[in-house]
Formats: sequence, C-alpha cells, structure tokens
Amino acid sequence: MSKHHDVKRYPGLGLISIAFFVYLYTPLLVVILYSFNANRITSVWTEFSFKWYASALQNDALMSALKTSLTVAFIATVVATTIALLAALSIIRGRNVRFRKLSETVVNLPLLLPEIVLAVATLILFSLVGVQNGMLKLVIAHSAFCTPFAFLPIRARLQGMSLDYEEAATDLYASRWTVFRRVTLPLIFPGLFSGAMLAFLISMDDFITSNMLSSGGTTTLPVYIFSLIRVGTSPELNAIATLLIIGSLILATVALSVAARGQRDGK
Amino acid sequence: MSETSENPTGATRVQRRRRINLPYLGLAPSWALMGFALILPIFIIAAVSVAVRGAYGGFDWGFDLSGYRQILFNEGWTGEMEFTPQYLSIILRTILLASVTTLLCLLLAVPVAYWIARQPGNRKSLLVFLVTLPFWMSMILRVYAWMIILGKDGPLPRFLEVFGAPSGMTLMYNDGATLAAMVYTYIPLMVLPVFASIEKLDGPLIEAAHDLYGNRWTTLRRVILPLTAPGIASGAILVFVPALGAVLEPILMGGGKQMMMGSLIQLQFGGGRNWPFGAAIAMTLMIVVMLVLIAVALRSARKEAEA
Repeated sequence: MSKHHDVKRYPGLGLISIAFFVYLYTPLLVVILYSFNANRITSVWTEFSFKWYASALQNDALMSALKTSLTVAFIATVVATTIALLAALSIIRGRNVRFRKLSETVVNLPLLLPEIVLAVATLILFSLVGVQNGMLKLVIAHSAFCTPFAFLPIRARLQGMSLDYEEAATDLYASRWTVFRRVTLPLIFPGLFSGAMLAFLISMDDFITSNMLSSGGTTTLPVYIFSLIRVGTSPELNAIATLLIIGSLILATVALSVAARGQRDGK
Repeated sequence: MSETSENPTGATRVQRRRRINLPYLGLAPSWALMGFALILPIFIIAAVSVAVRGAYGGFDWGFDLSGYRQILFNEGWTGEMEFTPQYLSIILRTILLASVTTLLCLLLAVPVAYWIARQPGNRKSLLVFLVTLPFWMSMILRVYAWMIILGKDGPLPRFLEVFGAPSGMTLMYNDGATLAAMVYTYIPLMVLPVFASIEKLDGPLIEAAHDLYGNRWTTLRRVILPLTAPGIASGAILVFVPALGAVLEPILMGGGKQMMMGSLIQLQFGGGRNWPFGAAIAMTLMIVVMLVLIAVALRSARKEAEA
C-alpha cells in the first residue's frame, strides 16, 4: 500500500511531532548551553568555560542544601516504598479485604489534590502538634506525597504477576516468609526498584511543600535554587541546574528502563 | 479462595487463618501516614478557614466567616462592606489559565500521540520514554528554563528582534509567560494517557470508516476522537488539577502581580500574613478540584451505563 492511500495516515503529523520534541528539549538544552558561558551576564556569550561548575562545587550553601535534600529524599524513599509495598501486597494479594477500593484511594490521595493544599495542610498540622524539628517535618510530608509514586509501579507489577510461582512454593512446604523473600520479592523487584527511584526523584524535586515547611537549617536544594532565582539568573545557577538535569536524567532513565523491562518479562 | 480449602494439609489451613488479618496489618501504615499527614490536616484547614485571625499572624480558634467574606468584600474604615473583585478575579483567572493550559496541551497531545502510536515498536517505546523524561526533571528548573528563554536578552526576544521587535524587550511577567511555562510543565501528563487510548484503537474500524466514504476529518471527528475520549478525559484531569494549584509558574513567570490561587495561598502562609484567609482560599481551591473530579466521574459513570 502506498503511503498516500494509507487511510490511517494524517499528513503533517510527523512535522508537528518533531516540532513537539524540539519544544520539549530546547529549554533544557538552553540551560545546559548557557552554563558553559564564561560571561557573568547569562545572555551575553563570550567564551566556553567550566569555571561556573568549579564555583558551584565550592558553594557551601549549595552543598548543605544538597545534603539536606539527599537525607530527606533517602529517608522518605525508604519509608514511602515500605508503606507502598505493604499496601500493594495487601490490596492485590490479600483475600477478602474490605475497603479495598477506599484503601487504594487513600494511598493515592496525594495525587488527587493540588500540592499547595497539602503543603498548607501539613504546615498547620505541624504548628498545632508542635513539631519543631525541621528535618522530621520534611520527612513526614515527603513520605506522604512520595507513597503513591512508589505504590503505582509495585501495584502494576504485582497485578501482572501470576500466582502460580507462590502457590508452587507453598506446595513445596515453604513458609509464608520464605515464599515472600525467595519468590515474591525477587519477582516484584523491578516494580519495587523503579517505584523507589521515582519516589526519590519526586522528593528531590519537590519545591512547594519544602518551601512551606522550610526553616533556618532545613533548606532543600529546590528551595535554595528558588532563592537564587529570586536574585536573578546567573551562570552559576545554570551550572547547578545542568548538574541536576543530568542527575535526574540518569536516575529517571534507569528507573523507567527497569520498569519497562519488568513489564516485558512479566507478560 | 476455594483452592486452599480443598487442600487437605493442616499447614495451609493454619496459614489461611493467619492470612485473614495480614492485609489489614499491611494497610495500617498507609492509613496511619495518610490519616495523620493528609486527611486530618484537611479537616484542620477547614477549621482554620473559619477561625479568627491572630493579632501577630497565625490564628485563634473560633467561628468567623471573614476569611471567606474577604474573597468578595473589603471592609471599609467604618466597617461597611464593599464588593471588591480583586480576589474573585484571581480565582477566575486561575480557572481560565488552567482551562487554556488543558486545551493547549490537548491540541498538541492528540496529533503527537497519534503519530507516536503509528511508529514501529522499538521507536514507539523510545518516543514514549522521551515524552516522560522531562516530567522527572525538577519542576523549578523547567520553569527556570523558560525564564531564560523569554527573559530580557533571552533567545526568543533576540530572535524576534531579527523581525523588527524592539531590542532589550522581555516577554516575561504576563499571563502568556505563565501559560507557556504551564503548558510546558504539564504536557507529558496529557500525551501519555491520550497515547495509551489511541494505541488501543482498532485499525480496521478506521478502515471501515473510510470504506463507508468518511474522509479523514469525518473519521477523526466521528470515530477516532469518541473512541479516545477516556484517555482525553484522564489526561485533562491530570493536567487541569495541578494547573489549578500552580504556584511556581505565576510566581516566577507572572512576576508576583499576575497571581493565581496557588500563589495567593503561598503568600498568605509564606509570610504568615493571614492564615484564615489563606485557608479559605485553599478550601475554595479544593472545592473547585472536587467539583471537577465529581463531574468527570459522573460523566464516565453515565457513559458506562449507556454502553
């Protein structure tokens, strides 16, 4: 069939789509390109230079914000992934569970509301309960909104998985714990891994909640970047942005390809 | 479920008895976390929205609707109420900008999703991956990228200078700039569900439409779009809900003056200015979101009942 007579083909879509991908990636490329500009004024190009990367890496405030972000993201990821795993196992594998649908909605609740509402909600809660520790506030709030991102890949993996393996192991007199550790866990690992990575990324990227809860010693990376943006665009900011873009790029690529491979194997 | 009861070994029966409580134990942590960090605080917001504004920021418990009244009226020196559309216009602008964002995302997503769906297998997965990738980049950096592009002496104003635009011009600090950043940050959320439902489209059905003398436009309107409606609906929710709550885009791109509900709430709480008023706006935002979600759920329930 010649291309012209293919009725499913709409002319011009290829062009629109290529323009779309250019649109999607040009802004990121502009930031990366500008980060190599030696000139202090972002938009005036003088020559290629790495000097803003050197100055970014020597920036103490940046490093301390990075440390806060990594600590919060690590703890929140562990908490969110554990809670999401338990919830997914109960919802998909549990028998005769009442409130199954409701429980699933509760786990995914952070996705149903605008984040600013959640941020305000936790701010008021912590001020009422009297939580003073900034780190603890961040960890609790981040664990909550990261949970659905860990939950969805695990759930998808569990749902696509046949019960046969677990039943075979049970028939061979494996205890429940052994079945879980030796059969279920390895089988759902791709979902678990990509869920944890995505939760980590969401926590690292969060601005709205962290900004609302931030106090003196607990400035996270996005909150610090926001304070820099308020001062104005700078080449050092572009260097920081580029490092973060590359970091997210690597993490997201690994997480998404593990998830995709997991889905292929599961079928 | 009957499989285990047919199994005569005692071991399985013991396991079965133990298994009954396990799911609830597994669900307890998520209920506890969401209950403490989300559900309880939402009730607290509702309570704070009718609380009395504290003298030094914060609030005192009580019942006072001045937070909500302030959305529409301004209290004069002598206590008279004067209708001021200032905040109402922010609410309406928020709904308008979120709607336009959703519409623009939709217009862009349908052709792109259709094109991706028609690519061969491997390339298709790669393209879907490329659509998803920017979504995992930090939101603040994606908005920042647009500040550079549209800002003074940025690439786009420079490009327009070639066509005779005045030099040193900035395209920032208006609703258009806010919109540009919003469409950019939310577009992956529209492309993916639309793609998922276009991919499931029945090829022979499209051919049948053509055999019955439907041209491409008619087929698009009468066959393709109705069949992809579920994907379009879920994409629209995924874009519309976060767009209603946008904070960074109006703050950074709109330049503080062109506020949306999200940045207004941020302002009331960020500076500790007026918590009851901020909570009243947050409640309003939540009600708008709920109305949208309920409307979509009812619509799809009706569609299912018809089918």
